Amino acid sequence: MLYDQIVLRYGDLMVKGRNRNKFEKRMLEQVKQALVAYENIAYFKSFGRLYVKLNGHPYEPVADRLKDLFGIVSLSPVRSTELDLEKIREAALTLMQALPEKPATFKVSAKRAWKKFPHNSQEMNHLVGGHVLRAMPDLKVNVSKPDVELRVDIQEEATYVYHEVIAGAGGFPFASNGKAMLLLSGGIDSPVAGWLALRKGLEVEAVHFHSYPFTSEQAKDKVIELTKRLSYFSGEPIKLHLVPFTDIQTTLVQAKSDNLIITLMRRAMLRITEQLALRNGANGIVTGESLGQVASQTLPSMNVIGRATQLPQLKPLIMMDKHEIIRLAERIGTYETSILPYEDCCTLFLPKSPSTNPNLRITEKIESLIPSYNQLIAAAVEGTEELLLTPELQTAVQSAGEDSWF
Amino acid sequence: MLYFDHCASTPPYDEVVQTMMEVMRSQYANPSSLHRLGADADKLIERSRALVAQQLQTTKGEWIFTSGGTESNNLAIKGVARQYQGRGKHLITTQIEHASVYESFKQLEQEGFRVTYLPVDRSGHVRPEHVIEAITDETILVSIMHVNNELGTIQPIEEIGMRLKQYPKILFHVDAVQSIGKLPIAIEQWGIDLLSGSAHKLRGPKGVGFLYLRSGITLYPLFTGGTQEGKQRAGTQNVPGIVASAKALRMSLESQTQRNQKHASLKSQLNSIIDDIPELKRNGGEPSSSHIVHFSYPGMKPEVIIHMLEQHGIMASTKSACSSKDDKPSRVLLAIGASHEQATGGIRISFGDEHAERDIAALGTALRLVVEHLKPLERRLT
Repeated sequence: MLYDQIVLRYGDLMVKGRNRNKFEKRMLEQVKQALVAYENIAYFKSFGRLYVKLNGHPYEPVADRLKDLFGIVSLSPVRSTELDLEKIREAALTLMQALPEKPATFKVSAKRAWKKFPHNSQEMNHLVGGHVLRAMPDLKVNVSKPDVELRVDIQEEATYVYHEVIAGAGGFPFASNGKAMLLLSGGIDSPVAGWLALRKGLEVEAVHFHSYPFTSEQAKDKVIELTKRLSYFSGEPIKLHLVPFTDIQTTLVQAKSDNLIITLMRRAMLRITEQLALRNGANGIVTGESLGQVASQTLPSMNVIGRATQLPQLKPLIMMDKHEIIRLAERIGTYETSILPYEDCCTLFLPKSPSTNPNLRITEKIESLIPSYNQLIAAAVEGTEELLLTPELQTAVQSAGEDSWF
Repeated sequence: MLYFDHCASTPPYDEVVQTMMEVMRSQYANPSSLHRLGADADKLIERSRALVAQQLQTTKGEWIFTSGGTESNNLAIKGVARQYQGRGKHLITTQIEHASVYESFKQLEQEGFRVTYLPVDRSGHVRPEHVIEAITDETILVSIMHVNNELGTIQPIEEIGMRLKQYPKILFHVDAVQSIGKLPIAIEQWGIDLLSGSAHKLRGPKGVGFLYLRSGITLYPLFTGGTQEGKQRAGTQNVPGIVASAKALRMSLESQTQRNQKHASLKSQLNSIIDDIPELKRNGGEPSSSHIVHFSYPGMKPEVIIHMLEQHGIMASTKSACSSKDDKPSRVLLAIGASHEQATGGIRISFGDEHAERDIAALGTALRLVVEHLKPLERRLT
């Protein structure tokens, strides 16, 4: 094994001062949870870092999983060695010789964090670099733009030799910043908003509105898949609330205010979500809105719609362009699912010219004239189905038919 | 009875027959229907597709279900040629392809394409350097089989694929009908863009073929109609056949290594029997697949041998089943430089999972008797 450990570096949580201990503990739990399938992995905590001791497991799949966890700024597979010059030189050379692509240039960046080590950083650069150069005569030193930067990190417990720094997902560890409800339509934006919310340490519960038979079962399957994907990132199961929206939607359509229909629907959704939030101990609502993207996402629309709830509304995508959102969706692996062609309830009964500047007073008036408005909201809340989803759960395709048929 | 014609078709696994029956009985809805039963049938097809991709370790492409190896080959070759003819109208293949490939190219020639049919050496192998030498600025497709269906010779697909990586505009199609379940294939590592397979060659049902299509490639469809199979192949899918085929593929691949070992020992046993009968002459050289042995009785009509073997309860084959009913000399044998006599008298023995040493011994006894019987009649029969 070339690498025996992976070092994880923490990001935002370092700034948290007094809370640092709590976050570090949360982080460790999260990493353990994510790596539960690997036997014999051991952990070592140090200041601002966590060392994952691989005990013989290849580092690639472990690093692959860890780079998607929140709260990690970067990670490196490392070769650890004793605090002994010859051992360090040997480790450095082994690593250089094992590089899959032979570099033309390199430099050594040693860092002596443990000051009792006899050679300082500068001396170590030369001592290790010289040793590598003698053994690999084709190699040249380039201090400004090397092909490979060989790092030697001298700590009290060991020296770590490595060259690769893999970017992590950043943010805070899961659920270190409270809980919110996520409106999940099945489109491109809302899963990305959910991922950004999770990254900031929010625990989320997803809420999806369906209008069967106006929407199809496949639309529901799609949202289940998206939630499962999000739960891969959180490392914890995510609850999905499936709200029956057919009665409300057909009632609102009959209110004969075509250009306000989207405004009315969105307000009803917020009201239902607020009640679900109260029941589930959530303190906010996350949506995938992006300013000006559609009629309901203009500032005047958001003003009228947003007044339907008292809860803070978090809109991580609000100032992003569509192509930036799509790039993120591709990166987190939700794009392919999001573009499957099944209609969600927001595209149903779409009026020819939805209002971009709805009038609050008129909107409230229309709502007050709908005879059983509050009962309909309450019925939707009562009829909500809950699913607890994890990434391992089989998809509708994976569980199709009888297992014995395959 | 001893069935030695596994290259032509194989006995389906009992489990495959069971699946076929159960799915046929319960999942009769049209997978394109909107209702739940239709959606269920559609999910079965998608689960089958995922299983095929997993078994053959592909992640960068789609699998299309067709009606069989012939359709997979036709769709791959004509689909690529017609779709990308704007880039060039030159195609490369070999002289020893299966009829479904060879005749597709013949048809494309009539449509104005230029086709290079690469020769093979006396052992029945195409040379990778010949493939590269044949490339022109106009070349858009190279199609080469993995295991030859008559001789069993293994073509250097990995090396050709690796070399073709330098020509990103040329698509590489592999007819793997005789090799899936027999030999390892690393589709994506070897740079294969399209790959054909057939379920009934690996103990699945007839009527189902596989076609791998690397993502980004569009085929000019053979059929017009609905939007099934990602719009690449119109027509209601064969749901029970597809599910059963995915299962057969899984079972074949799971036992591939043992099968290969066992067949290799049967093959060496049969080879030495044949080598001991001076009238018989083995065709094709190494490397070759362990499940095929091919030999000629020069000057003897092969049908006579087939029918006499049958009297001993042995089912063997002349050339490819798809062209066994014409009595022209084998195109493949002529391509390896066999004489007209030798090319007309080819016999193919292909093993399956049910065979053991004693079956080969029985085959050997029968062969000796047949040759003894026919020897005095040599040349008077042809």
